[in-house]
Amino acid sequence: MTDEGNCMKANSAPLLEMRNISKDFFGNKVLTDVNFSLQPGEILGLVGENGAGKTTLMKILFGMEEIHETGGYGGDVVLGGNMVHYQTPFDALADGIGMVHQEFSLLPDFSASENILLNREPKTATLVSEVFGDRLDTIDRKTMHTKSASAIAKLGVDLDPEMLVSEMPVGYKQFTEIARELSKAEIKLLVLDEPTAVLTEREADILLSAMRNLAKEGIAIIFISHRLQEIIDVCDTVMVMRDGMIIKNAPSQGLTIPEIAKWMVGRDVGTKVAHRDFDFTAQPVILSIENLWVDMPGETVKDVSIDIHKGEILGFGGLAGQGKLGVPNGAMGLFPAGGSITFEGVPIELNQPRKFLDAGMAFVSEDRRGVGLLLDEPLDWNISFTAMQVQDKYLRKLLGGLINWRNEKEIEEVAKKYIKSLEIKCTSYRQLAKELSGGNQQKVCLAKAFAVEPKLLFVSEPTRGIDIGAKSLVLQVLRDYNERMGVTIVMISSELEELRSICDRIAIVTDGRIAGILPSTAESADFGLLMVGKNPEEHKAGGLND
Amino acid sequence: MIKIRQFIHSFGWPRIIIGLFLLSLFIIAPFVGVKISTSLSDTLIRFGMNGVMVLAMVPMIHSGCGLNFGLPLGIIAGLLGGTLSIQFGFTGGTSFLMAIILATPFGILFGWGYGKLLNRVKGGEMMIATYVGFSSVAFMCMMWLLLPYNHPTMVWGYTGSGLRTTISTEGFYLHALNNFLQFRIGEKFLFPTGMILFFALMAFLVWAFLHTKTGTAMTAVGSNPVFARASGINIDRTRTMSVIMSTWLGAIGILVYQQSFGFIQLYMGPFYMALPAVSAILIGGASVNKASIANVVIGTFLFQGILTMTPSVMNSIIHTDMSEVIRIVVSNGMILYALTRKAEVSR
Repeated sequence: MTDEGNCMKANSAPLLEMRNISKDFFGNKVLTDVNFSLQPGEILGLVGENGAGKTTLMKILFGMEEIHETGGYGGDVVLGGNMVHYQTPFDALADGIGMVHQEFSLLPDFSASENILLNREPKTATLVSEVFGDRLDTIDRKTMHTKSASAIAKLGVDLDPEMLVSEMPVGYKQFTEIARELSKAEIKLLVLDEPTAVLTEREADILLSAMRNLAKEGIAIIFISHRLQEIIDVCDTVMVMRDGMIIKNAPSQGLTIPEIAKWMVGRDVGTKVAHRDFDFTAQPVILSIENLWVDMPGETVKDVSIDIHKGEILGFGGLAGQGKLGVPNGAMGLFPAGGSITFEGVPIELNQPRKFLDAGMAFVSEDRRGVGLLLDEPLDWNISFTAMQVQDKYLRKLLGGLINWRNEKEIEEVAKKYIKSLEIKCTSYRQLAKELSGGNQQKVCLAKAFAVEPKLLFVSEPTRGIDIGAKSLVLQVLRDYNERMGVTIVMISSELEELRSICDRIAIVTDGRIAGILPSTAESADFGLLMVGKNPEEHKAGGLND
Repeated sequence: MIKIRQFIHSFGWPRIIIGLFLLSLFIIAPFVGVKISTSLSDTLIRFGMNGVMVLAMVPMIHSGCGLNFGLPLGIIAGLLGGTLSIQFGFTGGTSFLMAIILATPFGILFGWGYGKLLNRVKGGEMMIATYVGFSSVAFMCMMWLLLPYNHPTMVWGYTGSGLRTTISTEGFYLHALNNFLQFRIGEKFLFPTGMILFFALMAFLVWAFLHTKTGTAMTAVGSNPVFARASGINIDRTRTMSVIMSTWLGAIGILVYQQSFGFIQLYMGPFYMALPAVSAILIGGASVNKASIANVVIGTFLFQGILTMTPSVMNSIIHTDMSEVIRIVVSNGMILYALTRKAEVSR
């Protein structure tokens, strides 16, 4: 593959060239002097952290409205030797550029074939349409079936063209989207924006091999993904972007994941936080949970009891839907819960978030956009709000304490402090939270919790949906916070490796109950057994359930 | 150039266009024989009359209860305050002060009940609010007849009981605010200092409230209720508080309106008061969950300015008395425009 790609590069003119592309949003530079070219049949892997400029670059290629509305861009886009300047995505589509987005744009009640050929259906003229115009042509179902079937065949998957989209597993929806682009005869360049994020491993493999087939037929592909192994496996060239610039553009042969990760974040990335030995038994119990049940849809907790010791980092792991997320949400009182929790010897009333916060605990929700942030408000509000409301911080007392006036200066200070210490990338402390990338939003959520200066911090899925650089930074921040401030941390995560790297011990929640608690040094296989509801000890002893 | 573009972006094209239209009316006016001084004075007076009622939109928008289509409920509280003040025999400036004081308990009580109701219909507030407004007006149509008022200036002459549809405020609080520190420039230009100052005071109070801890919580409840709950805020209580504030401001708003207009309008009077206020704040650039004092000031000025200027200028141009028709076309046209804008997210 790679050899082929390289030799093509030498022989033919590039299919696509982007020269000196630059773009700013009202003076805020997001792309600087981006240059690259793409040969027919080449697969280009585009990687970079969230907010590095990948999406903006693709939007420029497609002539998205957003780009024109914000003052256009600098530089040239050259397609097949001609300078192009697309005003709308339709122009780009007409020139044979196809794009598959992360979010699906399919009609759920239509079949795959109808979706694939939507608005481009093969038609037969009838007597009526002769009179009233071609809008009354009938649809030629047979040709439609053959056409869509051939597009699906190009992908090499087994998908019935007559299947309704609403009945498909998520991977098939992705294939339908790609088949729609392939069914266009003039397709020359395909942009895939994180197509594998929703796929299972096997489906992803099918997609990757389909991409190779397409490349052999001369279709160039720009492949955006956070899964670096895929990038190395399938791409001819890897292009790494950081802060709106191309950091590296190299053939993929011989590249390794740590190398790419390092270019992405601009420093060495240890995804693992160094392991530490911590004797939690020597510490007093800070929070004791007894017989907790939580009615959280999809994450029901049935009966959880555990003692959490001061200063430790405790992990909650387990498969999705087994109830690990219900534990902090129930303890905080965001969902109906029962049982009892005792913090520093004092019982805490359940179902009352205020009581939970008053006691000196804080919670960083897994639902960043829904629970964690005021998306339409600036950063300083997001960071200071909880501390202001719960602990009367950042307020000025007027008229002898009658009026609690917002102290904008202190709010600004605390926002700037956390923007600096957590390296939150933003244009100013007044930027709206919704404008930040996922990783930076997560940091804002953490800052909000830190501002409360809790004694115990629940963090739920802190690394979900954020890129590799931000991930290790978030984990390191949590560990530092635990060590410097002596804060007890309870972290809930779906990624076992992440838990093992940062936690002292890990409780695995299965079917709404704690299946077992293991030190993080235990073997992964043991955690795996707990997740499926088996006891590793029994298993080793040739247990009953085997 | 970037500065200009940013300004246009933050101010919003709709306001620039409406503003230019209003300006062009002022420019045309002298050529068709309409006195600028009179027009300006009228615009300012109408601005002052309606300002507080537009301000009554702000607390509910901030707490996420949407636009206050239930404004008539607050107006009824104001009407009760006004009529009771006259009934108890207060006159002159005192009657205005007493009207405010007497309206306050009603405003709080009605607002409390209205708030409780809105907490049960989260997501459909605006539709329910509209009907709260309508049905309270209908209910009060009966009450105005039945309540034991007997002050001779207010009741029907032939029965001696039941309130009349319009009651003059002359001798009571007519121009209680308008005449305070009022000054005259030239022959026709009157500046209603007291009324504008009163509006400024109310606007300042709302602005100041939004800068307190509780006000901040209110904004957060409107912006993301789940976030607010996770920060320990009692959402229902905050929302009820905002509804009480909006209702009370509506009550004060109608009193300010009456003291300038000269009449208390009962029965179906409050029925159509909500839409112009809603439209004014939307034209001012507010959206369903974001509004500022600037939106109130700009919106009221533009809405009332156009409502004052268009009929008089058009009349003079076409030399027929069409003012009522034009007024209806323009005001409803602007309401229609404003309501189509309500989804627009503005700054």
